[in-house]
Amino acid sequence: MADMQPDNQSTIDASVAKTVGKLSIVVVGMFAFVFVVMVPLYDVLCDALGINGKTSGERYQVVEVAVDTSREIRVQFVATNNDGMPWEFRPTESVVKVNPGAINSTVFYAKNPLPKDMVAQAIPSVSPSRAAEYFHKTECFCFNQQPLDGGAETDMPLQFIVDQDLPKDIKTITLSYTIFDVTAMVAPEAPVAVR
Amino acid sequence: MGAHGPAKGLMRWVTTTNHKDIGTMYLWFSFAMFILGGAFAMIIRAELFQPGLQIVEPEFFNQMTTMHGLVMVFGAIMPSFVGLANWMIPMMIGAPDMALPRMNNLSFWILPPTFALLASTLFMEGGAPNFGWTFYAPLSTTYAPDTVTFFIFGVHLMGASSIMGSINIIATVVNMRAPGMTYMKMPMFVWTWLITAFLLVAVMPVLAGAVTMMLMDVHFGTSFFSAAGGGDPVLFQHIFWFFGHPEVYIIILPAFGVVSQIIPTFSRKPLFGYDSMVYATASIAFLSFIVWAHHMYTVGMPIAGELFFMYATMLIAVPTGVKVFNWITTMWKGAMTFETPMLFCIGFVFLFTVGGFTGVMLSLAPADFQYHDSYFVVAHFHYVMVAGAVFSMSAAVYYWLPKWCGKMYDETMGKAHFWISFIGFNLTFFPQHFLGLAGMPRRIPDYALQFTDFNTMSSIGAFIYGASQILFLFNVIRTIVAGKPTSEEKTWDGAEGLEWTVPTPAPYHTFTTPPDVK
Repeated sequence: MADMQPDNQSTIDASVAKTVGKLSIVVVGMFAFVFVVMVPLYDVLCDALGINGKTSGERYQVVEVAVDTSREIRVQFVATNNDGMPWEFRPTESVVKVNPGAINSTVFYAKNPLPKDMVAQAIPSVSPSRAAEYFHKTECFCFNQQPLDGGAETDMPLQFIVDQDLPKDIKTITLSYTIFDVTAMVAPEAPVAVR
Repeated sequence: MGAHGPAKGLMRWVTTTNHKDIGTMYLWFSFAMFILGGAFAMIIRAELFQPGLQIVEPEFFNQMTTMHGLVMVFGAIMPSFVGLANWMIPMMIGAPDMALPRMNNLSFWILPPTFALLASTLFMEGGAPNFGWTFYAPLSTTYAPDTVTFFIFGVHLMGASSIMGSINIIATVVNMRAPGMTYMKMPMFVWTWLITAFLLVAVMPVLAGAVTMMLMDVHFGTSFFSAAGGGDPVLFQHIFWFFGHPEVYIIILPAFGVVSQIIPTFSRKPLFGYDSMVYATASIAFLSFIVWAHHMYTVGMPIAGELFFMYATMLIAVPTGVKVFNWITTMWKGAMTFETPMLFCIGFVFLFTVGGFTGVMLSLAPADFQYHDSYFVVAHFHYVMVAGAVFSMSAAVYYWLPKWCGKMYDETMGKAHFWISFIGFNLTFFPQHFLGLAGMPRRIPDYALQFTDFNTMSSIGAFIYGASQILFLFNVIRTIVAGKPTSEEKTWDGAEGLEWTVPTPAPYHTFTTPPDVK
């Protein structure tokens, strides 16, 4: 093309370069958008709307309220080990019946069968997800990491309140914990409040 | 400059920066992938011919469904339309070539090694990817075969190729139009590709982001998609479909463009409602960004989310309806003739509309709980992908083949290709609607006895459809080798557009001097 309208050609080249520059910014921007916007936004939305069964990571401040004895809610406990987590981990009761507003407690049993000291972290999830915002934990082993010496066993406490405002159609709540090995990630004496 | 021709020998194809050469390579490559993906489909249908496990193991069956989807979407349909864009867009807007010819060469030559890499996983220990073309986590992370890494690398490469291809198309259309070729005078095919290219630039990086997160989850200990580590598999679905829904319009919009070129030609009338076609295309593109979660009604979204995505999805039926009615109105009272390209386009309008209607059915959140992940979905998207994209691509090949090679295809064989495809296609996919409604899930190698008859019909239809594509290949090769030569500039009586003002066959360089567009 060089021998034909050189001026015209160079203006075209310049505007092509400009178009390509703008589009490259869009490409890089969209790639970054996935990581810096979509992922955090998803977490924020799930927290704000209480979807996905993610319960509040903070200790619930107990407010004195009347216990609603007119209905009973079944609360089921499920314990799961993450891949490669060798601990024995189970609820001591698989289901309890509770009144909304009452403080209830139960314990989960854990045993470290290996000869080495380990640290575990349990991650809770509530189902149905709509119930998550009405399920308050006043004390939970999931607030802290759980160190266990080799061969040791322990009972881990959980205290919770089912809110009186729980929608009437929810009769059963399932609380599931997945436990996994965080020994490699943190020093055992520095428990961090995660959830 | 002198009218020099192509370089001699094989290196011509490796080093070429000519839009016609690259377009040709894209078209042949995509046809090869179409045959490969089709072979996978034949294995699937052969296994499903009768209940029980006859031919393949369930693990291999899963690899077949995955590879069929990946190869067809990323290897066959998308490159075929990029090839068409390469060939036609410069000729339609009066440009001498694409804006970035060297990048054009690169974006093509990335593809063959990428798909060789992807196909090679079939022979590796652990087998090819087996998690479906939608590669939902954790199937594609925690439970994936080791070859997932090849898959991720492959997706990155084909994403890079698509992004470069679309940047090239936008740069060409924006900067290289002949004087007088205003935006609202551009042929519909150029318009639909311009919008498609913007969609690609916006969402291919999202796909790259999704597979990058997968890579990190698989190899570097992150937990983007693992609930146990504080991530969420549902997040994967959101990101995937944020890419995936625009992707389906990336596939179908160029097909709309092709049909909008061909129907006026054989109706001998200008396209009805050109402006509304442009606006409808742009609206579809915009809406495609806000409807992604209609693919995931059953993940447990809040009711407000279900309603939003349901209504937004149903809204897409409006601009799509505008397009369908415009095509029908273009044909209305036209002096219609029914050459092969026109037959494929009418088949397209009819069958794509069927697929559109089942799409509206699927958009209804409450009803979708029944249809979700059933053969009804399979039937729906094959109506829009095959009868939509592939039919329009066949139409495009018959329509422009005389211009490309200066020879006429065999009309009888072309019509036979259409009718055998049409019958085979409907025999394959129409019964799948019933199978889905009756409860047959997708992606299973075996099924309950009551589904036998429809599956047998479907398999026979698939073999017929597959055979008709061999006829297509034969017709194209026969045309190139021994077709009746033609040198008419306007192959078709009613054809309009700059590509019909250049000699036939199209010379290696066209519009080295920009044409005057009135």
